[in-house]
Amino acid sequence: MSGNRRAYFKRTLLNTCLCLAFFVTVNYMIGARILNRYYTNILNLVLIYVVAAVSLNLTCGYLGQLPLGHAGFMSLGGYTAAIITTRFSIPDIGPIPGQAVLFFLATVAGGIVAMIAGVLIGLPALRLKGDYLAIITLAFGEIIRVLVQNIKITGGAMGMGGIGKYTNFSWGFFWTVMVVAFTFLLVNSRHGRAIKSVREDEIAAESVGINLTYYKIVAFAGAAFFAGVSGSLFAHHICYLEPGNFGYNMSIEMLVMVVLGGLGSISGSIIAATVLTIVPEVLQTFATWKMIIYSLLLVVVMIFKPSGLMGDFELSAARLVRKIFRRKEDVPQLPENYTEGEETDEQET
Amino acid sequence: MNRKPERSPLVPVPSGFLMREEDVDKTPVLEIRHLGVDFGGLVAVEDFNMALGRTEIAGLIGPNGAGKTTVFNLLTNEIEPTRGIIMIDGYDTRGKKPYEICRMGVARTFQNIRLFKNMTVLENVKIGLHNEMKYSIGEAVFRLPRYFDNEEVSDLRALELLSFFNMQDMAKWKAGSLPYGAQRRLEIVRALATNPSLLLLDEPAAGMNPSETLELMKNIRRIRDEFSIAVLLIEHDMNLVMGVCDGIVVLNYGKIIAKGSPEDIMSDPVVIEAYLGKADQ
Repeated sequence: MSGNRRAYFKRTLLNTCLCLAFFVTVNYMIGARILNRYYTNILNLVLIYVVAAVSLNLTCGYLGQLPLGHAGFMSLGGYTAAIITTRFSIPDIGPIPGQAVLFFLATVAGGIVAMIAGVLIGLPALRLKGDYLAIITLAFGEIIRVLVQNIKITGGAMGMGGIGKYTNFSWGFFWTVMVVAFTFLLVNSRHGRAIKSVREDEIAAESVGINLTYYKIVAFAGAAFFAGVSGSLFAHHICYLEPGNFGYNMSIEMLVMVVLGGLGSISGSIIAATVLTIVPEVLQTFATWKMIIYSLLLVVVMIFKPSGLMGDFELSAARLVRKIFRRKEDVPQLPENYTEGEETDEQET
Repeated sequence: MNRKPERSPLVPVPSGFLMREEDVDKTPVLEIRHLGVDFGGLVAVEDFNMALGRTEIAGLIGPNGAGKTTVFNLLTNEIEPTRGIIMIDGYDTRGKKPYEICRMGVARTFQNIRLFKNMTVLENVKIGLHNEMKYSIGEAVFRLPRYFDNEEVSDLRALELLSFFNMQDMAKWKAGSLPYGAQRRLEIVRALATNPSLLLLDEPAAGMNPSETLELMKNIRRIRDEFSIAVLLIEHDMNLVMGVCDGIVVLNYGKIIAKGSPEDIMSDPVVIEAYLGKADQ
């Protein structure tokens, strides 16, 4: 359970090993040209969307709000990072390439700018619920798009070119691990429980001492940060930004990924982002049927599994191992020698 | 109706209210003076006065629509009062948010159960323990020692609280899948987890059969005795109210029409009239 140190360290060790194994394998496959450039590109795009979808799941799945401005945050992060990497350079520090450091810092900066915007928009917007919040965030996304179109530093409607292609599998994977770890660790803590309780019942949450505004802002800011990160990865993936890249279509696309994967399931978001990025590519050959098949897929899933592919279920390597070795899960239990009398003694001391 | 004789009699205190003997020289856990609220032109609650001793079980009764739940909502500041003062442990609650009221020591349950249905029973209780745990978001995300210390303690504390109603074996269940009675009990456990000094129960016996009600009666007394807190309850089941309450307040059309011990209330002609109507002859 959440409070058990040993179980936590075992699980973390297992997951770290799996991540490393996956990373090394894929990197080898890229190096050995088993995955050609086309596939590598798709893989990078998948990771970018995974970062965006998992972060949106924080506001959508766990906090239970309906924000439609995720592309706005991505846009802010993308442009901020692109402006930084095109204008500055860092010399190599020994074996560490300066360009990589710059890209990392620019991505973090992009995330922070998006996060600040998230807090600013969140303060007034989160007093509203449901449809109202959706419309405000939708409007926010459009404001960002129009702003970007009309200021000089972003290249206006002409777009912004000359961005280095810094996003590679390693960076995509690094940030994916970051967002998944952050979301998972946050959700399984007292703060995460508070966020989930807001989704379940706001009045009840407030009645047990949960500060609604605070936790809404926390979730909103966290999601905006990683949306900014994913925007930066996106910018340095396609190397050319124009305001239209981050229209509300993209926000809707993210939302579809989260809902299809399952609200409140990180693995669901990962699976859905992967599938929904790969399917359009695979369907390139039937270009005329592409959108029909894509939409049909959504309709079918929503009819037969309205809670999304995964519901709120998480894939877990630790659980799989437990199943294979037929071990029982650690359920927290009162000590065996527990008696009413002893318990009151403890309280008094 | 066999009432327990151990109930201590109410005695008047200098502020003009009645209180149990053992609470007389302590700050009342709740003191309300001239409380009133209007909804538009409608006066929902008018000149509501009461005080509650630290270990008193009090009942708030009255016909449907008398304003009982409104009083609860005023106490937790879900509705801001138009007039009057509410003091909890001697502190004014004006301008406080509901979550701050909870931290001041007031916990409540709801008339129509409000559990976190998609979360486990244990998680529900641990949300009640939210403010008992002290670790920051950073400590949570990096899993620093304080995270584990706090979580371990609160796991045990939550199970301990659940065992109060013998529910510790249901810890892993989804709250929404519990039977009705257990859901009501879980809501009480969640409220107790916030470490209150005053527990508000909104129709705790609704939908319960007589034997369950009897069980509940025992439990309300046990809560008062073991946690040594005050309980204020709204209830329509007169057996429960008369059996468990030290003092009773009767509300009709937003006004208090009678106050006193169960015996006084039962024989009060004004109360009988409010409930049954006036005889015509």
